[in-house]
Amino acid sequence: MPVDTSYAGREYPPNDVYEVSRVKLAEFASAVGATHPAHTDVAAAQALGHPDVIAPPTFAVVVAQRAEAQLFEDEAAGIDFSRVVHADERFTHHRPIRAGDRLVTVLHVDSIIERAGLAMITTRAEIGTEAGERVSTVVSTLAVRPEES
Amino acid sequence: MAPTFDELTVGQEVARAEVVVDRARLVRYAGASGDFNPIHWNERVATAVGLPGVIAHGMWTMGAAAGPVADWAGDPGAIVDYQVRFTRPVPVPDPGSATVEVVAVVGALDEEARTARIDLTVAVEAARVLGKAQAVVRLA
Repeated sequence: MPVDTSYAGREYPPNDVYEVSRVKLAEFASAVGATHPAHTDVAAAQALGHPDVIAPPTFAVVVAQRAEAQLFEDEAAGIDFSRVVHADERFTHHRPIRAGDRLVTVLHVDSIIERAGLAMITTRAEIGTEAGERVSTVVSTLAVRPEES
Repeated sequence: MAPTFDELTVGQEVARAEVVVDRARLVRYAGASGDFNPIHWNERVATAVGLPGVIAHGMWTMGAAAGPVADWAGDPGAIVDYQVRFTRPVPVPDPGSATVEVVAVVGALDEEARTARIDLTVAVEAARVLGKAQAVVRLA
């Protein structure tokens, strides 16, 4: 089944709250080899002016992908994950994500472009606090290869 | 000491690092990130879809390349924007490991915003695995 291009322009309602924990930030930082103490040591983070430990720059993907699942797990969208390649990714941080944040995400399907059999899907996850403060914008483009004939 | 905006010049190298990745590292990243795509831990699945073998998560590589920039900046929260293009997969052998080389150079300076665009060269065995890898860092 081909990718349904009519999903372009779609905006999903805010998803369930993601509560950021110190333990999760430490786990993620360790996995990517981010050794700066602001990820794990509250005093070190506060010395830099942060209220609590902060996330590595790419941690927002963990929050964003929960929202992206609304699109990718929708069978009618026709996105077969075994044929997906990650093309590019961009994070814009209005402020760092930090422990204690209660984040909600609004997913936008910015574009779906078909080119030479490839479908290029660009999504934008707008991450903010429950209270409405903007935190991060995550723009992700995936390429979906055509089915083998 | 954290770097200041005024001491930077375009073309200046600010960080250089080598990051080693093995299968255990990929399993750890899968768990930490929630990305359990089997091409990042299962040789059989990876080769069945035409890959040379298990490859690193592109998002792992992107995350690993940010570390040297955060350490140089003195505050990971100073990275206000970070983008990459995934241009080449990073095969991770077993037994063994792959070594990702990261070189960070000042690409542009924005006087008004007091931000530096740091351009990253991220390569495995001299072949670039990320394209247009740029981090915008806010400095005092």
